[in-house]
Amino acid sequence: MKLTLDIWRQKGAAGPGRFETYSVEANEHMSFLEMLDVLNQDLISQGKEPVAFDSDCREGICGMCGFVVNGVPHGPDNNTTICQTHMRHFRDGERLRLEPWRAAAFPVLKDLVVDRSAFDRIIQAGGFISVRTGSAVDGNSILVPKNDADRAMTAAACIGCGACVAACPNAAAALFTGAKITHLGLLPQGAPERIDRALNMVAQAAKEGFGHCTTIGECEAVCPAKIKLEVIARMNGDFIRGVFKKREEEAVAGGA
Amino acid sequence: MALNSGIPSGPLDKKWSTAKKEMKLVNPANKRKYTVIVVGTGLAGASCSASLGEMGYNVLSFCFQDTPRRAHSIAAQGGINAAKNYQNDGDSVYRLFYDTIKGGDFRAREANVYRLAEISANIIDQCTAQGVPFAREYGGTLANRSFGGAQVSRTFYARGQTGQQLLLGAYSALARQIAAGTVKHRSRTEMLELIVVDGAARGIVTRDLVTGKIESFVADAVVLATGGYGNVFYLSTNAKGSNAMAIWRAHRKGAFMANPCYTQIHPTCIPKSGDYQSKLTLMSESLRNDGRIWVPKKKGDKRSPDQIPEDERDYYLERIYPSYGNLAPRDVSSRQAKYRCDEGLGVGPSGLGVYLDFTQSMQRLGQKVIAERYGNLFEMYEKITGENPYRVPMRIYPAVHYAMGGLWVDYNLMSNLPGLFVLGEANFSDHGANRLGASALMQGLGDGYFVIPYTIGDYLARAGRPKVDAGHAAVKDAEKEARGRTEKLLGINGKRSVDSFHRELGNLLWENVGMARSKESLEVALKRIPEIRAEFWKDLRVLGSGSEVNQELEKAGRVADFFEFAELLAWDALQRNESCGGHFRVEYQTPDGEAQRNDAEYAYVAAWEWKGEGQRQVLNKEPLVYENIQLATRSYK
Amino acid sequence: MSVATKSMTAPPSPSRLSILWASSVGKKALMAVTGILLSLFVLGHLLGNLQIYMGRDSTGAYLINKYAEFLQKSTGLLWATRIVLLVSVLVHAVAGIQLYLAKQSARPIPYQQKTNVNSTTASRTMIWSGVLILFFVVYHLLHFTTGTVHPDFVQGDVFHNVTVGFRQGGAVVAYLVAMVALGFHLRHGLYSLFQSLGAGNPAISKNVFNWAAVVATLIALANISFPLAVLAGLVRG
Ligand SMILES: Cc1cc2nc3c(=O)[nH]c(=O)nc-3n(C[C@H](O)[C@H](O)[C@H](O)COP(=O)(O)OP(=O)(O)OC[C@H]3O[C@@H](n4cnc5c(N)ncnc54)[C@H](O)[C@@H]3O)c2cc1C
Ligand code: HEM
Ligand code: HEM
Ligand code: SF4
Ligand code: F3S
Ligand code: FES
Repeated sequence: MKLTLDIWRQKGAAGPGRFETYSVEANEHMSFLEMLDVLNQDLISQGKEPVAFDSDCREGICGMCGFVVNGVPHGPDNNTTICQTHMRHFRDGERLRLEPWRAAAFPVLKDLVVDRSAFDRIIQAGGFISVRTGSAVDGNSILVPKNDADRAMTAAACIGCGACVAACPNAAAALFTGAKITHLGLLPQGAPERIDRALNMVAQAAKEGFGHCTTIGECEAVCPAKIKLEVIARMNGDFIRGVFKKREEEAVAGGA
Repeated sequence: MALNSGIPSGPLDKKWSTAKKEMKLVNPANKRKYTVIVVGTGLAGASCSASLGEMGYNVLSFCFQDTPRRAHSIAAQGGINAAKNYQNDGDSVYRLFYDTIKGGDFRAREANVYRLAEISANIIDQCTAQGVPFAREYGGTLANRSFGGAQVSRTFYARGQTGQQLLLGAYSALARQIAAGTVKHRSRTEMLELIVVDGAARGIVTRDLVTGKIESFVADAVVLATGGYGNVFYLSTNAKGSNAMAIWRAHRKGAFMANPCYTQIHPTCIPKSGDYQSKLTLMSESLRNDGRIWVPKKKGDKRSPDQIPEDERDYYLERIYPSYGNLAPRDVSSRQAKYRCDEGLGVGPSGLGVYLDFTQSMQRLGQKVIAERYGNLFEMYEKITGENPYRVPMRIYPAVHYAMGGLWVDYNLMSNLPGLFVLGEANFSDHGANRLGASALMQGLGDGYFVIPYTIGDYLARAGRPKVDAGHAAVKDAEKEARGRTEKLLGINGKRSVDSFHRELGNLLWENVGMARSKESLEVALKRIPEIRAEFWKDLRVLGSGSEVNQELEKAGRVADFFEFAELLAWDALQRNESCGGHFRVEYQTPDGEAQRNDAEYAYVAAWEWKGEGQRQVLNKEPLVYENIQLATRSYK
Repeated sequence: MSVATKSMTAPPSPSRLSILWASSVGKKALMAVTGILLSLFVLGHLLGNLQIYMGRDSTGAYLINKYAEFLQKSTGLLWATRIVLLVSVLVHAVAGIQLYLAKQSARPIPYQQKTNVNSTTASRTMIWSGVLILFFVVYHLLHFTTGTVHPDFVQGDVFHNVTVGFRQGGAVVAYLVAMVALGFHLRHGLYSLFQSLGAGNPAISKNVFNWAAVVATLIALANISFPLAVLAGLVRG
């Protein structure tokens, strides 16, 4: 099959970018990224710089890959990473536009490669349970209802790809942030820090320049880990509860 | 050179406590005066950085991905072993130890493996406390499943994403320390060179993969947790970026490389579909619990699988290994699949595949039960192949998966270079010649959470080495070396892409140094590798510059090292005149085609010493002494 | 965290409301609460207005006029409601506009091409339906409360004002547009407010999503029915 690709080319973080048009011969068994590999081999043999795009595991779990294909993050096979999208989802002769994630908090580094370190800083703000190495109790000493464990796992499946931000008209990181808050908040181990976690992570997301959530739901529609909007509600709930709880705690601690 | 493995004396089950008792400690106030470099943020690296940072050391952490959470450990599906005996099915530290030694075909160190089994239970506790959402029973307790090569149910899991969840746990612990300021982390930064001062590892040279800046970092100790070298075969189940650069650079600086020929080929992967293929995808081994593996009895049988009647199918694993059947260990199952395909019985367009069939278990248990157990894997299979495994049997074929070999380390996980510690898949320590399922995750976390925090303190407390200045000649030299290599790669200006070379190397290795190796095939490889390598240095084309994001340049550096590494791998395979675990020499097999070990001559660790450019490495042998178990022929019949 | 030492020396910490106001999640919560109040008003107002269809009572007075008179007499209640409504609209609108403006800076470079996969138009146009409602309310007050833009305003005779007012084509169009906007706004708003306040259990969320559509459509249709009924001559003075 023959495809025409309009790809965003941008030399560096500072540089301006523009779309360039390429054509590539692919076959339906290839993954999307393998199709780009073929294009890049072509470009190299023509002495042109290959298109930079991120990928690592190529099996949909590391979250490294991702760009927008025809206006949809990770392309037309919804809830699937672009590395796991195969060419059989496209027609011969189709024209595709490849664009990087667009968000103030995800600056483009080159071509389709963006900087997602803002996500790391959101996790650093509270996406953890404070437990010293070696100070854990026996795994079975705290029972976790199966249903809670399953729901926590469902939220914990987030691969940190950033597609939710890319899809959201407000460039909100709500699905990502909510997923972590939900995962840890559902487990008894995560309960003691639940309030601070929500307050701090939400604050950090804002500081990074992500937008706010207005429940549009585009994030959920593309999320390769199938994270549900429920996690955003939990984040909101924990945050609001946090604002009220926090004041009480401060009062007890002798503050204002 | 004599290798001192530093194994404590005394009975097996007291060795680790004895060692801990004798270790020197670093005073809490002094810890922050020590800087430790940790390269890698996989299970091994992240757990190490988090633990050391928390103890008060000044940690510098690095990874080449855009965030620590993407280290290749994320891809592990199946689970993690631990001798908890929650199932009351007779598991114990000793049994886990024994299974691992036996699975490794009696080529691992007793003391290390025993320690691993001992700390395995703590790993589960630690991860649970961090919020790893392990599968649970209805009563709220942790659930287990069984895995290849074991007869007890000791594998803990988080759906089909155990590696992801364990890594996210370690990553969150790391994030906590980064926030606390004890760990300074750099993503998209690749280690290009090791800095050795007065014989000890004292730092690394890195390249910032965004700006291209080459920099040096000095420290009191360096920890490499950089993963395995499976990608030397080009196609493997490893992530595209997995590479051997860090361990190879250390090797060239004097660290011994141990058992590079031990590579594991995993039996259940999705077969290759064409030359453009960029990687192979693993289908978790757990599928073998309910899937039956078969090929047609007739050569070149082109009928669709449902048209082939029962008595014209060969369920060869069940036939040959009646007691383990489809759950025979990985090396055994892989080899049997290869034999069938070599005989022309393979299925699928390329003839390189065997059926993994769920039809009967679906009839027995219902499609719903199968979907519950393997739904996500079936979905993944369908995404990749476009075939629905509920209707058509899966086609699978073996693929390179894991590297048992790696840098040589002593009991304390320190290489022969003082101050250089090696953790996780990057070292050779615990899996002998073959790794059992669900034990790599255990080893990575064990190394990082529960071994290195003790052993590195002991080293630092004893070493008493003066601080190294960033302007030290050794630092400048290493930096110059790294810069020179980068410039050289950019300056070749040839015609061929990195990938074309990598693919050629990979094919050569797969054909000649893959599942079945012979003297002849190894000699072919040893002849061709230097030729392709010379071609690489003459005809490589890397466009762009070194001062920007340049993915071709990154790949080129890694492939350059793979070329050197590949030669040692083949050489090691040629020297090991026996078959054991993942290393199968066709000359050494039993009449019925099983691996034939030679304990009298080869019960040793082959630790190779770099002797300079263009020279063959020198072999140092660390004899494997078994004080507690009897060497036996592995049998899964 | 060193909570104790910090709070000893820290200046009095800001009030809960101001903490909420300072964050987008909190702002959304305030929008949800004010949105509920405004929605309740819309619903109540609608129910009240339905009396237009009930004609006169035995004394010959229009029910709707008697109802209006009753409200006008309950001065305390009236003003309390007015103040709550005014504050709500202010908080709601200011927050909405601020969030909208913040959204621009979250994505300074827009996509060349963006395809929506699964979202409702209503959800993506809240700011515009909101602004339309705002304009409408101003117009509406000038129309029926002060009579400034009414052709023949009679203080206190609601029935007259309405039936006369809606005989003008221009006014009817304005109401129609506004009620469609209101329908859209509520279609998303009545669902979203649950999320904003932390109630997102998927089991109920699906129902909330569907019911929001039903309720919003009913409210919009019922409101639209007044001008249409007048125009069609079904309600006559
Ligand atoms: C598909 C798959 C499934 C698996 N399933 C299982 C399973 O079910 N159970 C099990 O026990 N094991 C499993 N394994 C094996 C196991 O996942 C790995 O062996 C283990 O995770 C390795 O961890 P690690 O920390 O040693 O290295 P990795 O996780 O590979 O991490 C390497 C780190 O080093 C960094 N790095 C490497 N080189 C450099 C450099 N030059 N400069 C800077 N940084 C560098 C990388 O950025 C990365 O952070 C599986 C493996 C694969 C491939
Ligand atoms: C009768 C008048 C109004 C009613 C009943 C109403 C109702 C609602 C409701 C229930 C929500 C959902 C809140 C949430 O998701 O938490 C909402 C959201 C919104 N409203 Fe209104 N609203 C009214 C007027 C306005 C006005 C005048 C404006 C602005 C000019 C406005 C702008 C918005 C915006 C932008 C949102 C989306 C906010 C978000 O989801 O972040 N609304 N409205
Ligand atoms: C077609 C539908 C509507 C009709 C027929 C209608 C009619 C009226 C009338 C007649 C009054 C004056 C009552 C009086 O002075 O006693 C009034 C007041 C008012 N209406 Fe409406 N209305 C409609 C829809 C709306 C909507 C959708 C809103 C809000 C978004 C709204 C908001 C108001 C307000 C705020 C007042 C002033 C109340 C006060 O005096 O404090 N109306 N309406
Ligand atoms: S929530 Fe989904 S889309 Fe967002 S980062 Fe996680 S996996 Fe990606
Ligand atoms: S698309 Fe955006 S608005 Fe919220 S529901 Fe998803 S983050
Ligand atoms: S490359 Fe890892 S998720 Fe796509």
